[in-house]
Amino acid sequence: MMQMSATKPSDEIAYNGSMKILVIEDDREAADYLQKAFAEAGHTAHVAGDGETGFALADAGDYDVMVIDRMMPRRDGLSVIAGLRSRGNTTPVLILSALGEVDDRVTGLRAGGDDYLTKPYAFSELLARVEVLNRRASAKEAETIYRVGDLELDRLSHSVRRAAREITLQPREFRLLEYLMRHAGQVVTRTMLLENVWDYHFDPQTNVIDVHVSRLRGKIEKGFDKPILHTIRGAGYMLKSG
Amino acid sequence: MSLSVPAIMKTTAARLSALYLLLFAICAVALVFYMTSLSARMLTAQTQDTINDEVAGLAHAYQRGGLPVLARVVEQRSRQPGANLYLIADANGQILTGNVQSLEPGVLDTEGWTERPFYYQRFGEGELERQRAQSSDQNGEQSTPQPNGADAQSGEKGHNAIAIVLRLPNQMIMLVGRDLGEPERFRAVIKRSLMLALGMMGLGGLLIWFFVGQAALKRIDSVSEASRRIMGGDLSGRLPVTGAGDEFDRLSENLNTMLARIATLNEGLKQVSDNIAHDLKTPLTRLRNRAEATLSGKHNTADYRRALEGTITESDQLIKTFNAILMISRLEAGYSSESTTRVDLSAAVRDVVELYEPVAEEAGVSLQANIEGPFTVVGNRELVAQALSNIVDNAIKYSTDSTAAPAVRVSLERADGHIKLAVVDNGQGIPDDVDRSRVTERFVRLEKSRSQPGSGLGLSLAKAIMTFHGGRLDLLPGNPGLSVVMSFPERGEH
Repeated sequence: MMQMSATKPSDEIAYNGSMKILVIEDDREAADYLQKAFAEAGHTAHVAGDGETGFALADAGDYDVMVIDRMMPRRDGLSVIAGLRSRGNTTPVLILSALGEVDDRVTGLRAGGDDYLTKPYAFSELLARVEVLNRRASAKEAETIYRVGDLELDRLSHSVRRAAREITLQPREFRLLEYLMRHAGQVVTRTMLLENVWDYHFDPQTNVIDVHVSRLRGKIEKGFDKPILHTIRGAGYMLKSG
Repeated sequence: MSLSVPAIMKTTAARLSALYLLLFAICAVALVFYMTSLSARMLTAQTQDTINDEVAGLAHAYQRGGLPVLARVVEQRSRQPGANLYLIADANGQILTGNVQSLEPGVLDTEGWTERPFYYQRFGEGELERQRAQSSDQNGEQSTPQPNGADAQSGEKGHNAIAIVLRLPNQMIMLVGRDLGEPERFRAVIKRSLMLALGMMGLGGLLIWFFVGQAALKRIDSVSEASRRIMGGDLSGRLPVTGAGDEFDRLSENLNTMLARIATLNEGLKQVSDNIAHDLKTPLTRLRNRAEATLSGKHNTADYRRALEGTITESDQLIKTFNAILMISRLEAGYSSESTTRVDLSAAVRDVVELYEPVAEEAGVSLQANIEGPFTVVGNRELVAQALSNIVDNAIKYSTDSTAAPAVRVSLERADGHIKLAVVDNGQGIPDDVDRSRVTERFVRLEKSRSQPGSGLGLSLAKAIMTFHGGRLDLLPGNPGLSVVMSFPERGEH
């Protein structure tokens, strides 16, 4: 994940891609696994086994992202998040939950969560989402023009250029590319695309996203010598030059 | 109610009867007292009239012949059977003539009407009394009435009367009165009839208890009996409905509707556990066998990797199936959701068509859409999209075995008071020998589709979603192919 910094102007702040993550999860085994897996991905993870401890740690420490289980002893995840938010803590939070219905997701996000992932999940999915949430990596909301290598997307005029050549995209393709470019250098999963570009939280039977991505890839790569939209095996996609 | 209250008082019938009995008794007693006092007053007034007539006659006799004539007339009248009371006394109260032997002291002191009935003894009766009393008591106290004991003695030895006391010109005193025996008898009659009435009322209370308890409340008992049976596990049991259309029937009918709903939910739950048992155990077994096979025997790293990747794929499929089952159950259970809003159905359908358009193109299927609108329904955009995407997904898959150019047509229009969303493919459709409604049952997969990926839950989920939206899902022959029609109620409330 760390190799992305060199290519993007927005990454000029001293940031090597390594995050400090707080995991609040009462299942010891799951928490240990997460800690180990985050370490392998180059991040530092602290673990709290219950809501109270987690709240104290989060309140004191300076974390980039927090992963909070929803149902925990002593203090449930939503109450921890609400408590932190009321104390002015804006650290991005990803909620882990066994409850996956639309209502549960809405309640979770309303309590102050930034993303919601239903158990059981693939670690690659969790990692991709946590990296996208990282508050130090994403400062692109305000930018009107996204640039990745020679690819350029103007959010105001809805135009896309690669190496000064105009590329015509359908509205949905534009939104797809916009999302990929906003998170350039980061892995973006199919589910993330479905959620953020189509606003669907269900799992279509056929992998419709792959077809959309390959169509987009045809438009932004055909006629150019360098690939820019990469498929990350077992995880998703990444837009990256070079 | 204390614990000592017999069990019978715990029934509503007994309590109601007791309450009615008490109320009626109070009313009856009050009525009787009112009537009695009214009648007594009337009788007294009548008596006074009679006495007044008498006095007028006597006054006439006195005027005619003075005291001797008066005394004679009094003497005469006294002897007649059932005569009024007459008494002439001197100024000291010494009785001179008349039929009164003795009377309550003080009666003669005031002129005019006696204020209250007084106690007296008629002439002749006193003799008998005295003779009887002499054997036990010499001083004749018995004959001297005691004011306090007057009532107690009146029944046996004396009588009550009212009278008018007149002072004659020569300071002599005359008393004319009338026995109150008649009103006394009247009171006794009233008392007897009151007792009778109270007795009858008690009997009536028992009858009410019997009928209310035995006839009406028996039905409540039968309802509780039936509900006990149902609670015991017999969910197919229903409460009795007599057809009388009364409150009990309405209660039973409502409870029966509730029971039917519970039975449906219970059935759904049972089906879910059955399905979990059948359809999750199979892949779980496969998963386990694969791990076991990989552990036994010699393998290289690539083999292990492949086995583990297979395990992950298999578990992902399991999770999908599990999620679908959970979702169907929650939808069928009513899914008390605050996430329903007004949904632009036309936009939702367009989005799904757009989502599948590249997939169809890649599969060589032409996906056409004819979307009218805008139509708005109350529901959940995501659920509608999920249902439609399941159906479109199927349609694309099954249209590929079409004999002509594979095509899927999606249309949204208003028809017969419904908003109809139809997905028609031109594939082989469902064979005629298959019951179409069975296809939407969980895990039902037609023979030739078993090779296709999928859990067999797509249509079941779509159907559950339509039911949740107050609509329905129909499978119709597409000539060729299959036409799946989702009908939404025009003003969708659920």
